[in-house]
Amino acid sequence: MATLKIPTPLRSYTNGQAEVAVRGANVAQAMEHLIEKYPTLKPHLYNGDGNLRPFVNLFVGENNIKDLQGLETPLDEGTRVILIPSIAGG
Amino acid sequence: MQPILPGLTRDEILRYSRHLLIPEVGLEGQRKLKGSSALIIGTGGLGSPVALYLAAAGIGRIGLVDYDVVDSSNLQRQVIHGMSMVGKLKVESAKVKLLDLNPDIEVETYNEPYTSENALRIARDYDILLDGTDNFPTRYLTNDVAVFLGKPNVYASIYRFDGQVSVFYAKEGPCYRCLFPEPPPPGLVPSCAEGGVLGVLPGTIGTIQATEALKVLLGIGEPMIGRLLLYNALDMSFDFVKLKKNPNCRVCGPNADIKELIDYEEFCGVPSHDHDEGSAGAGWDISAPELATRLKQNHLKLLDVREPHELEISALPNAVNIPLGTLASRLSELDSAEEMVVFCKAGTRSTRALELLVSAGFKKVKNLKGGINAWAKEVDNDLPIY
Repeated sequence: MATLKIPTPLRSYTNGQAEVAVRGANVAQAMEHLIEKYPTLKPHLYNGDGNLRPFVNLFVGENNIKDLQGLETPLDEGTRVILIPSIAGG
Repeated sequence: MQPILPGLTRDEILRYSRHLLIPEVGLEGQRKLKGSSALIIGTGGLGSPVALYLAAAGIGRIGLVDYDVVDSSNLQRQVIHGMSMVGKLKVESAKVKLLDLNPDIEVETYNEPYTSENALRIARDYDILLDGTDNFPTRYLTNDVAVFLGKPNVYASIYRFDGQVSVFYAKEGPCYRCLFPEPPPPGLVPSCAEGGVLGVLPGTIGTIQATEALKVLLGIGEPMIGRLLLYNALDMSFDFVKLKKNPNCRVCGPNADIKELIDYEEFCGVPSHDHDEGSAGAGWDISAPELATRLKQNHLKLLDVREPHELEISALPNAVNIPLGTLASRLSELDSAEEMVVFCKAGTRSTRALELLVSAGFKKVKNLKGGINAWAKEVDNDLPIY
């Protein structure tokens, strides 16, 4: 199980959960498990084609998955994945 | 050639004595600050602490860009303003406070929207930009201006309990667009006007933003170039992640195709100001007085798509509450044959709910224009406006 950290704007779709334990050998599978657990999150993270929305950034540890192996980035037991949304408030 | 640094007066030496005692700042650093300039875009939640601390620190010239006026709903977090300034221009209110705090600095005000037409002209004469705006179009604009002018952009943004800080400096690291190549689709990410913000949050985040600006101007420490801070007040967590330059970045990448400022409202699909008033457009809206008349004549279902805790502030009798976030999964609770009016606080969320309902086959739906706040203003003065 990896841990996925959910930012405040999306916590209303995870029953207020700040961190969600997700199953999966890589980021794609972990995200699938997240959506399986909280289906109302899907339109916020994926576009109509089923691709991750470009403004959604996923970090494994300190690194953006775009700088690793993208959605294929492997996850070890206990790895922390951080979901970073665009926020604009000031 | 190094610019000649201005000297400090006797009074300034006393004023900045706590800085002069720190070896990393010292007399030379303080003179650097006096000779430097910072443009603060937005004089709201983040702009308040940023401007106060940069003025107190002795930045010689501070520019303030904002075109809004002080409203009492700002004062829960925008600590540079006060009750005596409600209704006055934010930049003027801030200027009075800053010069009271430190009369030895210059404060320049730009009481105008920051746009593609004026941004380069305004920003050109400042050493550093601080992004404290409240909307996506101005954030992309601020980034592109910083990239084109080769200036550091100290970025911060906030929402509810979350804050982000980084120093975007394309000469030495990634820019805002490297992390966020595209804005979120309109309506998907709520603004603070819609979703709220903890009043102290911009204080925490804005002071970190001011810290980064001082480090960059002084040339000390490790400025957050290529690093992003993610703060959460509820968890009291500070996460740092690494940011890399995106080789495909459209403004700072090797094959950048955006070479000049663009229409940022069009790019983001939203206006360049924080707003919570939404309209579904002609034919889909119903005004509050019109709804009051209709409710007297016949039965109409009222659907309130706000969060349950908002009902404690104000509510309409007999309205069914299904928060927008759960609406898609609860459509079966509604009858598409029934005439229905959807409402929220001021019309933004209900407009999205209406779109969702229409796409699901509901035809007899309307949006209460201006939301329950419009009802409180125009129909029932006993209800509070929030």
